[in-house]
Amino acid sequence: MKNFADLIKTLDSTNKTTLKVAALANYFKKASDQDKVWTIAILSHRRPPRPVNTTLLRAWASELANIPLWLFEESYHIVGDLAETIALVIPPSTQTSEKSLTQFLEEILALKKKSEEEKKEYLFDNWTNLNYYERFVFTKLITGSFRIGVSQKLMTRALSQATAIDEDILAYKLMGSWDPNTISYHDLILEEKDADFLSKPYPFYLAYAVEDKAKNLGPISDWYGEHKWDGIRSQVIIRNGELFVWSRGEELVTDKYPEFESFVGVIPDGTVLDGEILPFPEGNIGTFNDLQTRIGRKTVSKALLAKTPVILKAYDILEWEGKDIRQQSFEARRTILESLYKKVKIIESENSAIPLHLSQTISFDSWEAAASERERSREVKSEGLMLKRKDSPYLVGRKKGDWWKWKVDPLTIDAVLTYAMRGHGRRSNLFTDYTFGLWNEDKTELVTFAKAYSGLTDAEFRKVDRFIKSNTIERFGPVRSVTPQLVFEIAFEGIALSKRHKSGVATRFPRILRWRQDKKIEEANSLEDLKELII
Amino acid sequence: MKKPLLQFTEKGIYCDAAKVYLDPWKPVDHAIISHGHADHSRWGHKKYITHHTNVPIIKHRLGDINVSGRAFNEPFMINNVKFSLHPAGHIIGSSQIRVEHQGEVWVFTGDYKTEDDGIAVPFEPIRCHTFITECTFGLPAFKWTPQDEVMHNINTWWLQNQAEGKTSILFGYSLGKAQRLLKYLDPSIGKIYTHGAIENMTEVIRPMIDFPVTTRITRETKKEELLGNIVLAPPSAHGSTWIRKMVPYVTASASGWMAFRGARRRRAIDKGFVLSDHCDWHSLLTAIEATGATKVITTHGYTDIFSRYLRTIGYDARTEKTQYEGELAEMESKSETEAAV
Repeated sequence: MKNFADLIKTLDSTNKTTLKVAALANYFKKASDQDKVWTIAILSHRRPPRPVNTTLLRAWASELANIPLWLFEESYHIVGDLAETIALVIPPSTQTSEKSLTQFLEEILALKKKSEEEKKEYLFDNWTNLNYYERFVFTKLITGSFRIGVSQKLMTRALSQATAIDEDILAYKLMGSWDPNTISYHDLILEEKDADFLSKPYPFYLAYAVEDKAKNLGPISDWYGEHKWDGIRSQVIIRNGELFVWSRGEELVTDKYPEFESFVGVIPDGTVLDGEILPFPEGNIGTFNDLQTRIGRKTVSKALLAKTPVILKAYDILEWEGKDIRQQSFEARRTILESLYKKVKIIESENSAIPLHLSQTISFDSWEAAASERERSREVKSEGLMLKRKDSPYLVGRKKGDWWKWKVDPLTIDAVLTYAMRGHGRRSNLFTDYTFGLWNEDKTELVTFAKAYSGLTDAEFRKVDRFIKSNTIERFGPVRSVTPQLVFEIAFEGIALSKRHKSGVATRFPRILRWRQDKKIEEANSLEDLKELII
Repeated sequence: MKKPLLQFTEKGIYCDAAKVYLDPWKPVDHAIISHGHADHSRWGHKKYITHHTNVPIIKHRLGDINVSGRAFNEPFMINNVKFSLHPAGHIIGSSQIRVEHQGEVWVFTGDYKTEDDGIAVPFEPIRCHTFITECTFGLPAFKWTPQDEVMHNINTWWLQNQAEGKTSILFGYSLGKAQRLLKYLDPSIGKIYTHGAIENMTEVIRPMIDFPVTTRITRETKKEELLGNIVLAPPSAHGSTWIRKMVPYVTASASGWMAFRGARRRRAIDKGFVLSDHCDWHSLLTAIEATGATKVITTHGYTDIFSRYLRTIGYDARTEKTQYEGELAEMESKSETEAAV
C-alpha cells in the first residue's frame, strides 16, 4: 500500500505529464504483478463495487472525528472530496501499513458481504491507524475514482514504457471487461489469447474540431462529408453468434439496447461496426433528451422500448469476415459497409425491421457546397458535419489530420446568474457551478433554465467567485442564491421541450460562452425567446 | 438598553464609550490596530495606537502616520475606558486588544495562532466576557503539523531540488510568513534570495529578530547563480515573467490552504506545505475555552459554520460582518493586499 500511496501522492503533486508518466512507469517496473493489475484496474475506472454506501461512510467518519454530521457535511462541501474530507477530520496518525494494495482490495471486496458492525469496525481500524495520505488513498479505494489527471491513455503510455509493448496493443488488451480479482498480470498484459478477444472492441478513433477554416483542409475531392449525429458513439460487435455493444466510455451496454439482438444471424460473424446509437421515436430521429430515458436503465421495459426505440446509424466498419480492416482506406471500408447495408435491407424486406441505418457520405463539389450542407444540420437533426479523408485508415484515439468535426455554431442566449455552488476537485473552494435564469413573460421573475460549469477563464471565475461571496442572498447547504446582477451568454447545442424541467425546456450541453459585462439584467433574454429557438 | 461595549459599524468595530475604533476599515479619528496586515491596518486614520514592534512595520506600509506604540500588558485609558494589548502570536507585533469598562471585559483577537513560531511573542489567553475571534480555518478539516516538522520538510525539499540542479521558489506573504520561513531555512544548504517586497519588509524587522543572510534579486541577478539556491517570493509573483526567467525551477507554497489538495492543484504549484499563521480547528476551540468567555463573536473565515458549532457546544455565539479578508482571501494571490494567510 505504501508504494501505491506514494505513487498517487507523486501523481497528485505534479501537473507535468512527463513526470506523471515517469512515476507510473517506475511504479510498474517495481510493483508486484497483482498490484500492477489492480493499479491498472483502478486507473481505468474498474474499481471494486462500493462495499459501504456514502451515507454510512459520512455518519461513521463524523462519529470517529467526534463532530456532528452537519459539520462533517459542511466540511465536505468545502473540501470537495469525500475521501479527502474523511482523511482530514479524523485524528492524525503516523503509522503506515505493511499490507499490499492487493491485500487491501481483497479485504474491500470481501467487505461487501459483511455485516454493518463488521464494516464499521474495519473502517474505524484503518482510519485510526493509517497515516493521513494512506488513509486518504484507502478511503478513495472505497469511495470512487482518483481524480489525479491520469487518463487511461497516459497510464497506457507508462505501461508501454515499462513493458516495451506497443501502446496501441496495450490499449486493445485493456479494453472490455476483465476482472482484476481473477485475471493475472500475465494473462492481461503479457499473453495474447484469441478467445479473450471475442468481446473486445477496437479503440475508438476520435476527431478534433476544425481549427479556423474547413477549406484549409485541401481539395474537397479528398474528403467525404457526413452528418454528425448526436447520440451515443458505439461499436457493435458480432462474433461467434454473439452480440456486444460498447459505448465510447468503454462500457459494455449490450443489455440496454435489446433492439440490436436482431443483428445476430443477419450481419455475419466477424463484423464490427462503428456508429451512433440514436433515438427513433415514431420513425424519426429524436432528440438527445429522448435518448436520456434509455441511457440510465439497465433493463428496458416494453413500454419504453415502444415509445423510444433506438437505431444504429452506422458509419464505419472495422472488422469484416473476422479480419481487422482498420488499415484499409475509409473509402474501401465504406464500400464494404454499404454492400453489407444493402444485404441487410433485402433481408429486412422479407422479415421484420432491423434497426440498422446508414450514415450517408456526401461528396461535395466545393467547400461552399459543404458549408451550405452544414447549415442544414439542425433540420436533419445533426450537430454539424464530419469531414473524413477518403484514403484514411481508422486510427486509435484522438489524432489530428484525417477526421474532423465541423459543428454548427451553437445556439446562444443571454441569461442571469441566479444560484451558485462550489466546484469540485481543483475547483473546490471557488464558486464555479452556476445556475442561470431567464425572464418569465411579464419580466417579474427569473426562471431557472440551465446549469453550466465551464467556459470562463480562471481569472474570470475568481472575479465571479468574489462577486458571489459578497452578494449572497441565502444559503442552502452548498448552494447560494445570488443577487441577480451578472449576465452571461450561454451557448448550447440543442433544445427540446421537456416536462422534467421547470422552464419546460431542456438544453443540450449548456456552457458559458462569455461574461456580458456590458449588459444589465433587464437586457437578458426571456423564456419566450428561448422557446423560439426550438425547430 | 445600554449600548454594547463594542459595536460593529459601517467603519469598523467601535467603542462608543471611548470613541475609538479597533482595526477600522474606513478612515476614522482614533484607531487601535491589532497588526500590520493590510486588511487590519488601513490608510487614512488620524491617530493610530498599536504595539511598539508594529510601529516600524505600519510606518513602512502606510508612510508618515501619527502612531504611538504601546507595550504588552500595560493598560492605558481613553475616556475612562481601559485598553491593553496582549500577544496574539500571529506575526511580529500582533496583539489582541482587551477593552474593559464598568466591569465588563471584551477581547478582540485580530488574527492569531497559538503555536509559538519563535518570532512573534506567543499567544496568551485573556479572560473576558465576550471574545471576538477570527476563524479563518474554523473547520475540523484543518489540523496543523508542528512547525519543526514542516520546516524540516521544506529544507528537505530544497535539498532535493538542489540535487536535481533546480532553483527552489517558495511562496509566502511578505509580512509574517516570509520571515517565518526565512528564520528556519537552513543556510548551510545554499543561498537565500528574496523578492524585493520581501527584502524590504525583512529589513524593517531585522533589527528586532535574528535572521539568516539574504540576497535581494535585482535586474543584475543571473539565473545561473540561483541554481540550487532558494528564492522567497510573495504569492502574487507566481506565474509572472519575473519567475519564468528562473527556469529550471520548482515552486512551493506555504499556507494553511495547502491542506486541501484542490488548492495546490488549482494554483498549479508543484508542492504545498501546510503552514499557517492562524489557528487550526482545535487551537481555536482551546483558545476560546481558555478565555472563559460565554459570548463569542466570529468576524472572518468560516464564520457561520464555526459559530453554529460553538452554539451546539453551549456558547452564545454569533457572526458579525466585517471587512477583514476572511472567505474572500481564500487562496487568492493578491497583489495589492498582502493577505493574512
